[in-house]
Amino acid sequence: MNPTSTAVMGAVFNLNHPAHVLHWHFISLTVSNVIVMGLMLVVFALAIALPFPGAARRRGGAS
Amino acid sequence: MSAPTTERSWTVRVREAGVGALPPEKLLPDSQPTYVASWIYIFGVASLASLAVIIGSGTILALKGPAWWHYTGVGHFFNSVHMWSVELFFFVMVVHLWGKYWMSAWRGGRARVWMTGAITFLVAVPCALTGYVSQQNFDAQWISTQAKDAMNSVGVGAFFNLTNFGQMYSYHVLLLPLAVVGLVVAHVLLVRRHGVVPPIELDRRVGS
Repeated sequence: MNPTSTAVMGAVFNLNHPAHVLHWHFISLTVSNVIVMGLMLVVFALAIALPFPGAARRRGGAS
Repeated sequence: MSAPTTERSWTVRVREAGVGALPPEKLLPDSQPTYVASWIYIFGVASLASLAVIIGSGTILALKGPAWWHYTGVGHFFNSVHMWSVELFFFVMVVHLWGKYWMSAWRGGRARVWMTGAITFLVAVPCALTGYVSQQNFDAQWISTQAKDAMNSVGVGAFFNLTNFGQMYSYHVLLLPLAVVGLVVAHVLLVRRHGVVPPIELDRRVGS
């Protein structure tokens, strides 16, 4: 594989380094995993908070 | 010797038990209760959709082989589709699990629905792990030599050897996917049988 095609296929973020790791007592988590867990919490909260399209109409009419 | 009567044949008994447990209108309903119109209820079907992409992309990878998925552009694409659909599967499955946990989805005789879902999650973890060690690259070698210590520490290393590629590949493309798909089918059929769990306050109102 030549360097040009490698550049084209390169990731948006520079991944050419060891993973960044967060330490807290015996807990050790990579930053990427922490971001994914944070995103899951955000999606969970949004799924509860955001109204579903047509939900009010359906509840108003016959089920 | 007299032939067995039609009513006593095993096919009739299986059919009657199947239709009794899941009549067609329950198996393939044309509507759902109004409380299902909420974003929190979409993560189960999102898990199913990602699982379908995992199985489809994995089948193509298995047909074409490691030289294809490592050295061709289309192979890289399907390799990435497979990996990211697994990421998505776990992401939406965890949100589905949280949603069902906080609405106590085992209520109303739905214990088996909850248990099949929880076991699916547990079986999906080694299914993904065996995939990481089946990549046929240095990443796979690194993960297998690191993870074998975890397996040995819990006493399963003797029959689940992460450095045995043939064994891991068989687990990844046959045994564990079969278990995951079987559990998911059972989970969905149980949901159809018992219905989607209602919100807790609705349950209380009906009960009072």
